[in-house]
Amino acid sequence: MSETATNPTDGVIAVDGTPLKRKLARALFRSRVRAFGLVVPLLLMIILAFLVPIIVFLTQAVYNNSFERYMPSVSPMLAAWDAESEPTEEMFAALAADLVITKNNKNIGKVATRVNRELSGTRSLFTKSARKAKKLEAPFKEALIDVDKKWANIATWQAMKISEKSLTPAYLANAVDLNYEADGSYTVKDEDRRIHIKLFLRTLQISIFVTLAGVILGYPVAFLLSTLPVRTSNLLLILVLLPFWTSLLVRTTAWIAVLQGQGVLNDLFVVFGLAADDDRFSLIYNKTGTLISMTHILLPFMILPLYSVMKTIPVSYVRAAKSMGATNWTAFWRVYFPQTIPGIGAGGILVFILAISFYITPALVGGQNGTMISNFIDFHMRSSLNWSLAAAMGMVLLVIVLFFYWLYDRIVGIDNMKLG
Amino acid sequence: MREIFCADDLGEFGLNAATSGSAFVEFDRVQKSYDGEVLVVKDLNLAMPKGEFLTMLGPSGSGKTTCLMMLAGFETATHGEIRLDGREINNIPPHKRGIGMVFQNYALFPHMTVAENLSFPLEVRKMGKSEREAKVKHALDMVQMGEFGNRRPAQLSGGQQQRVALARALVFDPELVLMDEPLGALDKQLREHMQYEIKALHDRLGITVVYVTHDQSEALTMSDRVAVFNDGVIQQLAPPEDLYERPDNSFVAQFIGENNKLTGKIIGRNNDKVQVSLADGSSIEALAVNCGGEGEETLMSIRPERVVLGDDTAQNATKAKVLELIYLGDHIRCRMNVHGNEDFIVKVANSAGHTHLKKGEETTISWLPEDCRALDI
Ligand SMILES: Nc1ncnc2c1ncn2[C@@H]1O[C@H](COP(=O)(O)OP(=O)(O)OP(=O)(O)O)[C@@H](O)[C@H]1O
Ligand SMILES: [Mg+2]
Repeated sequence: MSETATNPTDGVIAVDGTPLKRKLARALFRSRVRAFGLVVPLLLMIILAFLVPIIVFLTQAVYNNSFERYMPSVSPMLAAWDAESEPTEEMFAALAADLVITKNNKNIGKVATRVNRELSGTRSLFTKSARKAKKLEAPFKEALIDVDKKWANIATWQAMKISEKSLTPAYLANAVDLNYEADGSYTVKDEDRRIHIKLFLRTLQISIFVTLAGVILGYPVAFLLSTLPVRTSNLLLILVLLPFWTSLLVRTTAWIAVLQGQGVLNDLFVVFGLAADDDRFSLIYNKTGTLISMTHILLPFMILPLYSVMKTIPVSYVRAAKSMGATNWTAFWRVYFPQTIPGIGAGGILVFILAISFYITPALVGGQNGTMISNFIDFHMRSSLNWSLAAAMGMVLLVIVLFFYWLYDRIVGIDNMKLG
Repeated sequence: MREIFCADDLGEFGLNAATSGSAFVEFDRVQKSYDGEVLVVKDLNLAMPKGEFLTMLGPSGSGKTTCLMMLAGFETATHGEIRLDGREINNIPPHKRGIGMVFQNYALFPHMTVAENLSFPLEVRKMGKSEREAKVKHALDMVQMGEFGNRRPAQLSGGQQQRVALARALVFDPELVLMDEPLGALDKQLREHMQYEIKALHDRLGITVVYVTHDQSEALTMSDRVAVFNDGVIQQLAPPEDLYERPDNSFVAQFIGENNKLTGKIIGRNNDKVQVSLADGSSIEALAVNCGGEGEETLMSIRPERVVLGDDTAQNATKAKVLELIYLGDHIRCRMNVHGNEDFIVKVANSAGHTHLKKGEETTISWLPEDCRALDI
């Protein structure tokens, strides 16, 4: 006691006279530095290989400067234009000048693609006009309209005005089936062009179904595993994990073999008279196929967290409940089940997030109505080369996932989640 | 706490109950095997009158928990009958037995508050809300936990959790309460305090208690009768005094309290006394409790505090060499060489004018033949 003293401002004083708090902080600092040093390599890896690429890619969803950058003269004029009045001669002159430049430095393709996204059919207008731009003479308005009548069309100029904005909500709007108009307003797309919302809803529907099916199928299995003697449960656990040792592609194609029209399951149906030979069930290349194979593939991600939570629940809880007069069902529902909720939550979130961005399986077995948003993103990345739209859809997907995460936190509490 | 019951009365009652079949809890030739190869409980016979506090005491793995679980209904007996209040309960599921239970790790439901934990057994009995609340409050007050109703079990100390577990096992007024090492996780001081409280509750409520413990002092201080288990068999079932002073066999003699052992061969028998010849050639007289006939080996047990110093005229007097002295305040522990046994312990009370021994000294000790019990080997 004589070695420590308290004073009103610093609190407890250590033997050498420094305040104890500062001494403690100094002592902890070194161990913190060491701990930080240990995670630095992984942290760098995550930042460089994960966060930076994601951020760079996602910025494409709201930022595309191929018009503003290559059409420097006409861009400021478009920005000042009210999107309603006739384009002026000055604007035509600036446009002609820009077309000459872009033609020379071979950037006309990028500009044409950008505008074409806003108004289809304008690609050839740009390439054709650029080819002839060098020979044009004032007045440029008549000269350009001479080259192509579309220059007289105000919609062309509105498309250019939208493209001129580098920082634009146009792609995000497109991703949720809205049109971003030249005057800054949003309109809902025509009925037959509203495909994205439908796709997002279907993706959500499939993911929720797969998660629920996972809980229903996985819960009894995990329960069984947790009650069996260690020897047997280890063996069964290996069976649960077995699919992880075969490639995702193999598992998916195996489902094709099982579910297809001439496949094993349909053959059995025919044998047992559940289906006519010429009228077999279509279990694959549609939503059914996607649901069945995704549920199977993601089931282990449900079972493992559930199992690890159930294993930590001593039998004495259920026994205590029964000794107090609870029937088997009451003991399960009031005592056992609530304690497994962290496992359901962890497994559910895991399966849901994996499912919502699942790609290979729906691509292989999804057919027309079983494809998901990630297949569309892939289409825009590799076929239509509209990276900005792909990024915008990715961003919407991210927001959806974060929303469900938030919802989960509100309902169950994220610190309640037990992964192992 | 000793004067709470009268050992003789209960002993008699226990005997009567076993024979007349009017016992409250009864194990009749019960056997249990988990794997079909080893009998974990072998031929268990036990009869308990209503209101008794019976403790099962024994080394680890001797089958105590198994017996308790069979009584509670979580394990089925492989053979034999278990009766509660005269009714056979072998085929009655646990939730219909109405037995209160305190588990070793308390098994308080972590997702419920203390009050919800206590109200659970009342809810499953479909009791009305106001009645429930009154009973919960009463039960919590009974264990001095009235202010903790809204806490979660994780927010309580070990001793507090223990009390809640006790209150929860009692709140639905069971007539029989089972406790499996309920104080095992507590420190010594708290344990002693809780022993006292459990005992006081038992006396006040008149419930029947089957209590399991490793700790012999716990068993001796709390119980009306103690069943000493070993190897799936009850070695002795008796009130604490009997168990300590009149052990039936060498296992009980060695398991309960401290004990000096001498082995020898029986050379003569005279009523309840036997003459035993020891390895060093001398012969002593002992009380025949559980020994064979003439010519057979026996193990004699003598409690350290029953050995008298000096008096070389007494029966069984013998020379003893002092090997070690340990001062323990109220008594002095003295290790001696007696009849060739170098671990012979004598307790010398630290009273006014007691004999002062010195290490290496040779002295005379003696004991009464009644205090030297000849047992099985
Ligand atoms: N579920 C079980 N399956 C197989 N063997 C078991 C099981 N439970 C207990 N045993 C065995 O039965 C024997 C008695 O166990 P029990 O739990 O009754 O001992 P105990 O006297 O309560 O011991 P402790 O004092 O250590 O709690 C032990 O050998 C144990 O290995
Ligand atoms: Mg036990």
